[in-house]
Amino acid sequence: MKNLDQVRLKYQEQYKQKLGKNRIVVGLGTCGIAAGGDKVMQNVKEEVAARGLDVEIDFTSCIGMCYREPMVEIALAGAPSVIYGDIFADKVEKLIESHIVNKTPVYEWAVIQIPGEATPYEGIDIMEKSAYYEKQVRSVTSRLGRTNPESIIDYIATGGYEGIEKALQVERPAIIDEIKKSGLRGRGGGGFPTGTKWQFVYDARGDKKYAVCNADEGDPGAFMDRSVLEGDPHSVLEGMMIAGYAIGADEGYIYCRAEYPLAIRRLNLAIAQAEEHGLLGDNILDSGFSFRIKIKAGAGAFVCGEETALLNSIEGLRGMPRVRPPFPANKGLWQKPTVLNNVETYANVPFIIRYGGDWYADMGTEMSKGSKVFCLTGKVNNTGLMEVPMGITLRDIIFSIGGGIQDGKKFKAVQSGGPSGGCIPAEHLDTSIDYDSLTALGAIMGSGGLVVMDETTCMVDVAKFFLNFTQLESCGKCTPCREGTKRMLEILQRICDGKGEMEDIDTLDRLCRVIKNTALCGLGQTCPNPIATTLRYFRSEYEAHIIDKRCPAGVCSALLVYTILANKCTGCGACVRSCPAGAITGEKKGPHAIDTDKCIKCGACIQKCKFDAIIKA
Amino acid sequence: MVANVTLTIDGIRITVPKGSTVLEAAEKAGIFIPTFCHDPELSKPGACRICVVEIPGMRNLPASCVTEAMEGMVVYSASPAVIEARKTNLELLLANHPEDCLTCNKNGDCRLQEYAYYYGVKYGAFKGEKHRYPLEDDNPFIVRDMNKCILCGKCVRMCEEVQGNNVLNFAFRGFNALVTPAMNSKYSDTEISNCVFCGNCISVCPVGALSEKDMLGKARRWEVKKVTTTCPYCGVGCQFDLNVKDNKVLGVTSTDGDVNGRALCVKGRFGYGFIHHPDRLTTPLIKKDGKFVEATWTEAIKLVAEKLGDIKAKDGPDAIGILSSARVTNEENYLMNKLARAVIGTNNIDHCARL
Repeated sequence: MKNLDQVRLKYQEQYKQKLGKNRIVVGLGTCGIAAGGDKVMQNVKEEVAARGLDVEIDFTSCIGMCYREPMVEIALAGAPSVIYGDIFADKVEKLIESHIVNKTPVYEWAVIQIPGEATPYEGIDIMEKSAYYEKQVRSVTSRLGRTNPESIIDYIATGGYEGIEKALQVERPAIIDEIKKSGLRGRGGGGFPTGTKWQFVYDARGDKKYAVCNADEGDPGAFMDRSVLEGDPHSVLEGMMIAGYAIGADEGYIYCRAEYPLAIRRLNLAIAQAEEHGLLGDNILDSGFSFRIKIKAGAGAFVCGEETALLNSIEGLRGMPRVRPPFPANKGLWQKPTVLNNVETYANVPFIIRYGGDWYADMGTEMSKGSKVFCLTGKVNNTGLMEVPMGITLRDIIFSIGGGIQDGKKFKAVQSGGPSGGCIPAEHLDTSIDYDSLTALGAIMGSGGLVVMDETTCMVDVAKFFLNFTQLESCGKCTPCREGTKRMLEILQRICDGKGEMEDIDTLDRLCRVIKNTALCGLGQTCPNPIATTLRYFRSEYEAHIIDKRCPAGVCSALLVYTILANKCTGCGACVRSCPAGAITGEKKGPHAIDTDKCIKCGACIQKCKFDAIIKA
Repeated sequence: MVANVTLTIDGIRITVPKGSTVLEAAEKAGIFIPTFCHDPELSKPGACRICVVEIPGMRNLPASCVTEAMEGMVVYSASPAVIEARKTNLELLLANHPEDCLTCNKNGDCRLQEYAYYYGVKYGAFKGEKHRYPLEDDNPFIVRDMNKCILCGKCVRMCEEVQGNNVLNFAFRGFNALVTPAMNSKYSDTEISNCVFCGNCISVCPVGALSEKDMLGKARRWEVKKVTTTCPYCGVGCQFDLNVKDNKVLGVTSTDGDVNGRALCVKGRFGYGFIHHPDRLTTPLIKKDGKFVEATWTEAIKLVAEKLGDIKAKDGPDAIGILSSARVTNEENYLMNKLARAVIGTNNIDHCARL
């Protein structure tokens, strides 16, 4: 068998040379681009050209701090890398002037530094010791924001494809044993032990087998898989190759949602590069193992993240879940034995093979090994991507890494696991993050989306939001999910409109139970979770809506009444001019009043009033 | 020799061949389990979830139609959780179903109605939106009322798996999911729909979503006498039921024929208009003085025999040729062959199917 030694030595040399230069690296993940990263990149190029600087310009993916995008990293040869946040295009000139020309970092814009072997700058947080990264581990995300995702040189130089090289030298069952030893469980949310799943496919009889990657990430507020695909596409390919070798597959599919065009572009590029290097195709590295990977872009259905619907969709059928059993391990893609894992699971595999199952199993808890990537969004200060060891608490994630709640407000709940997950209240903030603890709370680990809610969030409204999502995304195949989610949504809408009755709570309870018990697929079985958990932890809010006709969080507009406090109103008339419904009247310089019949509760007047004279309750 | 498994359903021990479903085992044990989407002749989507049962050790309530019966399995087909689930799912179906059983053509032969009665489920458990699809009745044969559809998908599978025309599939999502021909077209857009109006979809519809157009409003189900007969159109010999009221054929419905199962073609299912047509010949006619005059069969056959005898006597048997029909049975064709070769003495016999 051939090896990559020579290629790796050459690429390591090239990579080292790149790092040895004065460098400017722009974060060009989707979050960076959305924040204006492309324009920043353009300005960097123009500025460097105009000044005739000898600087290596590079780009990378999202390092995780999405809330600070656009981010730019600058390193002078032999000095620490400084990562700057909120570098909009107009800041580029000053940044280059100061850091490159005058060799002085712009301290007030710096977020973190990575000194490497150099002496750190005073006054800039070192990445590993910064509040955002201190409690994180970076294994599956180690290349994110650090290497160029479109460069196979960077990948191979940083240990890439060592996993497949190593795997090809041992017998296939040994690979599966290593994965079993690592304790890796499915990172898509289900948490099924990956090694066991591979074993099933290995044991399944078939002349043809497939390795399929689920990249149809669709939970609201989840972007773990996108970040990995955009930041380290080769690691997913390598993970699939190792899986393919282990189970005896010669073909792989990545089912990636079409809403991730950058991920698809980088995957296609990575596949082409891997083929060029003989790492994909026939007789890989002269090992006798052949493997090819194709990409199938999804058409926008959330349910296609369900494994059997995903397989149907690849086959060109309507994305509707199949009955299990038979499981894909026995009858998967085109009825052939198929291993199906998600992006993060595959991306973990090369690391496990490189460093061994024991290394991986050292992280995490007894039943949930390793690390997990989470996306923190919602009413939290630091929104972004993070990789943490299993077993960390929700409090650590939200308050240490996430920096607490925005505007100093009070934490109310965190939704884990998207529409299939549940809302976890403050009293369970110290729960360890692992598959079993989260399930015990009525939520699920899910794929890693964490949506934080503060005291201004109405939990009935939250449940309604998720139910609206699931009822739109239900495929319509089975009765309980198709009809039940619709009726639950209607009941929640009535409660939010102040038309709820106490029996509605019992009806919701019953629908939650029946839909969970009888729906065909995981989407249907878990879609009641947002209601079930809010009923469990925030029942009083439901009751306030129904009995008192009051929304305690002040969200449900039908239950709000806007009033002007006569003692505070100066009669300035700002509210009158802002009111689109003509509901506010009053004498100039005298107290005004709102006609509640005319008021459409848009809230424009509150925003305009400088005297806090308008309240909603 | 097929291995057997023995399981217990509601306390009844039952042995079935390995590979049987829990539903099949229950049927064998005489235990009632309702079904909408299940059909022994079609593939099993496990979609309607009305046949759920409780099996200790299994997650949630599995659908019995797609759960394999295992050795030693214990099944409860009517536990409180099962009954609650079935009732709730029936209520959910009724919540999006027109409340017009009084005038529905399917009244008395409707599974939704039957199960609602069995479980004491009434309309109105859930208030909310109902579909208001326009009635599709622009073709001469089939009326589709998608407001009544419960999306069991049997018509989809019948068309795909038995008829092979793939006219129907599901479109849209969630509450708006709809069984429809391609591009949300109609049966009558045959260029797009590929529909041949065999009506086999009607034969599997458990509710009133698909109906024979000509039978609408003609009779209640219990007024109709079903007379099983053989289709006269071709030699396949499909069987079907004539639906008769007051000695009049109202229409044709599928029966479980030995030859054809429930499948029929457009002619067999819808081409019965000749039965009561005023132009239909009910006796043989013999031309006398340039005009056809009604005759008896004895007269007519005698006349034909005489004429054939004359020709044979005058010009020999090979002056006679016989052309038989694909619309008669094999046995009748055989007899025609005997008539030609053994009675008349000619080999000049052929069959319209060769033309």
